[in-house]
Amino acid sequence: MLRFVLKRLVSLWLSLVVASVVIFLFVEVVPGDPAAYMLGMNAQEDTLNALREQLGLNGSLLERYLSWVGGMLRGDFGTSYTYRTPVSEMIGERMWISLPLAVFALALSTLIAFPAGIWAASKRGSIADVSVMSLTQLGVAIPNFWFAMLMVLLFAVNLRWFSAGGFAGWDVGFLPAMKSLTLPAVALALPQASILARVMRSSLLDTLGEDYIRTARAKGLSRRQALWKHALRNALIPVLTIIGLQFSFLMAGAIIIENVFFLPGLGRLVFQSISARDLIVVESVVMLLVFAVILVNFLVDVAYALVDPRLRVRS
Amino acid sequence: MNRALIIGAVLSGAFALAALISFVWVPYDVTGVDIANRLKAPSLGHLFGTDHFGRDIFSMIMVGARTSIAVAVVAVGIGMLIGIPLGLAAAARKGSLLDELIMRGNDLVFAFPSLLIAIMITAVFGASAVNAIVAIGIFNIPVFARLVRGAALSLWTKDYVLAARVSGKGAARISFEHILPNVTNLLIVQGTIQFSLGILAEAGLSYVGLGAQPPTPSWGRMLAESQTMFSFAPHLAIFPGLAILLTVLGLNLMGDGLRDVLDPRLRRARR
Repeated sequence: MLRFVLKRLVSLWLSLVVASVVIFLFVEVVPGDPAAYMLGMNAQEDTLNALREQLGLNGSLLERYLSWVGGMLRGDFGTSYTYRTPVSEMIGERMWISLPLAVFALALSTLIAFPAGIWAASKRGSIADVSVMSLTQLGVAIPNFWFAMLMVLLFAVNLRWFSAGGFAGWDVGFLPAMKSLTLPAVALALPQASILARVMRSSLLDTLGEDYIRTARAKGLSRRQALWKHALRNALIPVLTIIGLQFSFLMAGAIIIENVFFLPGLGRLVFQSISARDLIVVESVVMLLVFAVILVNFLVDVAYALVDPRLRVRS
Repeated sequence: MNRALIIGAVLSGAFALAALISFVWVPYDVTGVDIANRLKAPSLGHLFGTDHFGRDIFSMIMVGARTSIAVAVVAVGIGMLIGIPLGLAAAARKGSLLDELIMRGNDLVFAFPSLLIAIMITAVFGASAVNAIVAIGIFNIPVFARLVRGAALSLWTKDYVLAARVSGKGAARISFEHILPNVTNLLIVQGTIQFSLGILAEAGLSYVGLGAQPPTPSWGRMLAESQTMFSFAPHLAIFPGLAILLTVLGLNLMGDGLRDVLDPRLRRARR
């Protein structure tokens, strides 16, 4: 087990190093001179020089990369050019919206998908199964930002149950804050729940066809008991992987959804920075999101090996 | 006949047809401004109503279908053109440095959510339909490379491949003459799915302003423009969204149907 974790740790570090090099090259090298890019065409030469100095652009490529990565490891993400504040502070503030949103959405999608998938699998071929499967087809095809707009129309404009956008803030209390995250979380969760329910259903159907289920049934267990006691635990393995992969879609999806609801999270920060040409912020937030995705997939791999000893041996 | 395939083909075919017809005819000019008729609700004259410039939404959806389809087709094309040879090469030299490099490179692309790639590309090169295509296309490469590698690996153990090797054919020739034709079915099915994902991605990018730029009509941007007005003119948001939903649904159903028709073994296994 330790060997497995160590091996995965090495590949985690490798992925992070390569990802950071790619992001660095992309943002710092491709556009030519970042200072000229950020200041626009009419910038004065001395302003350009001052910004180059501030960004540390006068050093070699390797020096710049090392100072960027070194800074991030110390929690120093540089200073935003447009806001004149440390990027780490900006990320810190906005993280408290994006992270709870992603977790809320993930929890919702699991809470919807598990019962739906299990119900469909246990009533295979019935009207219940067909309806769940048809609904998930719709859920996969619906653009989540459009679904978000429809919800705003219904729940905010017509019924006035929720506000159409914005964030109440954590200081006004947990419930009002969660309330302003509810519609965004539902919009994010719906497509993911549809995918997850489908995976849950087919994985459960696969395990229900296994010999040990037949044995359990022959021992006298009812269909329901066999499903809950034996099939479900084994069916969870592929479902876990999908949940891990979904995290990256949730992070990316949140970027768009935050814009629909005017939530001041990381996604909106990225867009504001793009329009302000604030590459330092774009670079750091993208790296942070990629880090989160790689880390979550690593954790899922390890959790996976904990659940299923066969994987430890195979690896 | 397979029902999902028929419904899917009819739905996606309808939008493809609308896009084609829009080249020669649309009910109303989509570039003209008609302030007298702005924000009209759906009626016989304007089936889906008009927007804040008085433009006919039905016509805009027809023209917008072109953008969606073009972006998705080229993005899937990029993915196939680069991904298939990579996958074939990785399978032909399994376990080699090349295989390792290709697969690790794929892992890396997977680690970046596609939208982040798009954001980086547009942050650096500017927002445009072409950059959206590149961003979506890059993400398609590992999908096809992985699919082809996996399928090709099992084909390399087949007797007819062995026969081809004995007859003196090289790895590249075997890959293209014997392996590739046998993975075409898989590629068609996956291509349909990636196509529908491409349409969703293009809509999302255009919605946040990173995709097609004005005056090119696009479904995603129509939704973005409707955002400040849809509380009193819901038709602005409902019809472009429905267009995206139905196209993607059609393509997904078609993908499912094609899989069942092209690969009967899967049908049994899939239940």
